[in-house]
Amino acid sequence: MTFARRFARFVRGSVRLVLQGNSVYWAWIALLVVLIGSGVAAYLEQFQTGLMLTSMRDPVSWGFYIGNFTFLVGVAAAAVVLVIPAYVYDWKPIREIVIIGELLAVSAIVMCMLFVMVDIGQPGRFWHMIPPWGHLNLPSSILAWDAVVLNAYLVVNFVVVTHILYRAFCRRHYEKRLVVPLVLLSIPMAVGIHTVTAFLYNGLAARPYWNSSILAPQFLASAFCAGPAILLVVLQLLRRFTRFEIQDQAIWKVAELMAYAMFLNLFLHGVEAFKEYYSDTEHLLYTQYWFQGLGAERTLVPYAWTAVTLNLLAFVLFILPAARRNPLTLNLGCLATYSGCYIEKGMGLIIPGFTPDTLGEIYRYAPSITELRVAAGVFAVGFLVFTLMLRVAVPISLGEFQDEVAPELPARAPAIA
Amino acid sequence: MKHLPVKNATAGACESRCSRRQFASIASAAAAGFLLTGCGSRRLREMPRERLRQALDEMEREYAAKRGVAVKVADTPPLPDVLFGYALDLSRCIGCRRCVYACVEENNQSRDPQLHWIRVLQMEKEKGVDFRHANPYYNPAKVPEEGHFYVPVACQQCRNPPCVKTCPTGATWMEPDGIVVIDYEWCIGCRCCMAACPYGARHFNWAEPGIPAAELNPATHYLGNRPRPKGVVEKCTFCIQRVRKGRYPACVEVCPVGARKFGNLLDKDSEIRYIIENKRVLVLKQELNTLPKFFYFYAT
Amino acid sequence: MTRFVLPGLLLVALGALALDEAPKGAPTPPPPRGAGAGEEHPEVPPPPFSEGIFPCSACHADLKPNRTRRVLTEMHDDISLRHDEQHRWCLDCHDATDRDWLHLASGERVPFEESYRLCGQCHGEKLRDWRAGVHGRRTGEWNGHKRYLLCAHCHNPHAPRFQALEPKPAPLPPGRPGSQP
Repeated sequence: MTFARRFARFVRGSVRLVLQGNSVYWAWIALLVVLIGSGVAAYLEQFQTGLMLTSMRDPVSWGFYIGNFTFLVGVAAAAVVLVIPAYVYDWKPIREIVIIGELLAVSAIVMCMLFVMVDIGQPGRFWHMIPPWGHLNLPSSILAWDAVVLNAYLVVNFVVVTHILYRAFCRRHYEKRLVVPLVLLSIPMAVGIHTVTAFLYNGLAARPYWNSSILAPQFLASAFCAGPAILLVVLQLLRRFTRFEIQDQAIWKVAELMAYAMFLNLFLHGVEAFKEYYSDTEHLLYTQYWFQGLGAERTLVPYAWTAVTLNLLAFVLFILPAARRNPLTLNLGCLATYSGCYIEKGMGLIIPGFTPDTLGEIYRYAPSITELRVAAGVFAVGFLVFTLMLRVAVPISLGEFQDEVAPELPARAPAIA
Repeated sequence: MKHLPVKNATAGACESRCSRRQFASIASAAAAGFLLTGCGSRRLREMPRERLRQALDEMEREYAAKRGVAVKVADTPPLPDVLFGYALDLSRCIGCRRCVYACVEENNQSRDPQLHWIRVLQMEKEKGVDFRHANPYYNPAKVPEEGHFYVPVACQQCRNPPCVKTCPTGATWMEPDGIVVIDYEWCIGCRCCMAACPYGARHFNWAEPGIPAAELNPATHYLGNRPRPKGVVEKCTFCIQRVRKGRYPACVEVCPVGARKFGNLLDKDSEIRYIIENKRVLVLKQELNTLPKFFYFYAT
Repeated sequence: MTRFVLPGLLLVALGALALDEAPKGAPTPPPPRGAGAGEEHPEVPPPPFSEGIFPCSACHADLKPNRTRRVLTEMHDDISLRHDEQHRWCLDCHDATDRDWLHLASGERVPFEESYRLCGQCHGEKLRDWRAGVHGRRTGEWNGHKRYLLCAHCHNPHAPRFQALEPKPAPLPPGRPGSQP
């Protein structure tokens, strides 16, 4: 009974926290709610009429939704960029902030699942994938594997953060025997989720652009840039708006790791481009469509070179220690990384994979208004989840949000790290 | 207090500690499981014959109610010792597209939005079979056009189908007679199979299919040409509703130049085996190891 | 007892013989067939004669055959021969003495219902393929009764080259939402 009452206090306290905020906070929440409303309305139209309201058609049968899904799986996997220094190397500056990365992972996975739900043609039938009522086509279907590992990763991260935070709320230390193995498990799992997502594309012999072994390592490299880019911005915002203390060293170290990841990303793209251009087979068509266009079809070319430029810029900004330490160039680098990786993982991955299609057709895909509205709504849901979780997690971490009733166990300093 | 004797396997395993409460929870779980899996919807592939027939009768009633047409949904099983094969004569096809529209009528494809299971590709004689420069939108006054030849493409009914491999829910599979089918009630519309198909043979219902009631073909099979809902994938089924009753697919029968041939690969006396023996057959994108049962050949 | 052995054995032998025959009234079903060696004389629809042209003997019975190779002017001038016309003319296929028949190179007469034997003299591979069910428009049952057509049902024997056909409409290119699909 004490558990129930304590949990009730936690819930009440959390609700009070999320309802407190200054005008900037409420403006942000309002914006998210508006976007969610617009997304829901657009989705209802789509549910009613069918996916015809998107720009996807038979030649390009996956588009904006799945592009965002793929990008966000990478963001979720990027929590590992914090987890490794924090738990494997026990590096204090990052140890203090690792929970932010785990919260981001949870929010990202929520968005991933929403993007899949809005993309499928019969969303009411999603339970067909849940045994025992449904049927998962294991071991041969990679999407079935992806469903399993993404849910497992969500559960692991969710259990870890909620356990740590709730224990801190209860003024107790978290259970090391539970948390440490789960956290260490989350490291290969993070690599696993993005590898399996890459395999989703990689395994399709019908699509030569994706059917390349380099895809899984390249996914991880770009994920380990894009995810931390968001994290760095969030950390700076937390520093600005809360009393949460984040050491400069933590931020600079993450930026340094991003530089190496971006180098790997650029290198892997480079070697792929070499293989396509030098071997000069028909498979070059897709890369050519991306970088040069095919004949009159040049829709994606501006995106291609924008992404390359942004990624190169980001690499330069992060590899130079002086640029890492300057807040302006740091944030410019974060923006460049995020945008560059977003373009390259979204438009740059999905569309060229389908263009030309298996019978040589070129269909010009660009997301429709419905897709943009629904996607914005899904992003808003993810940001809202993240915001609300932070709204509770930060005070807990600072020791400001604690149970007024002392725990029965001998009190120890409430610790997150 | 005396415990009630519990007659089940679990009870035997833990006789001293079994209690009414445990029995009740096991029984209710079993009942729930039965309700959910026994009474709820399942893959049509897993349904026992009688339940399947009930489900199809229910479908027929729904079609009659919604469309005002007495659609019959057959559950004709595969014939024994049959593996269907198809052969298309590239030296004969003139690109007239009569197969495309015969298929549309026979298989209840959506007219609006337009959905075709067969795509006829016009190619240049000088380039040979070259998908990059293929053109499905040719529209001259007469066919065949000078300097061009025609390659119709539909589901190749692969023996190693990449679509079946990727489906996350197992909604598509190869039947014993070789036809790769889709359970339209189980498909969640994720379109993995469309990404996996190297032949562009699978098509999605991006909106509710529009078929005028007068044009609806009421002789259907549950895995073939029965009217589909929106949000599911469909494709050529070798006219499963016809071939399991000994008839030829609609495209074979309508072709005015006799370019299309069909038969049982396991029958050494069949036309398809005659073609494999006496003509030179090839398959599309052979390097992908899909092992199509749809062959192309040159009869001249 | 031994009196009955020999007649008994005879009865058994006779009975065995009787049982050997197929049971009356139940015809043995034909084995399911594919093309196999093909049909010797496939069942075909009637030859596609022009309206009122057959029987040819209605006119030709009273006409004296003129075996001079020429272009016809008085009758049948609507037929434009474009079928090896450098080397062949009407009477190389049509029997001169009885126009209700065609004839082979050997002189053997064949009815119009078996005109494929005539075509097959030059087009032997086509005839083999046709018998196997592999040449020509295919209808009927793949595991049972195949329906055959005569060569002449698709190929005009006097000008056999296929005419170009008007194609059915091209598919609509996939459209963006809001625009025409």
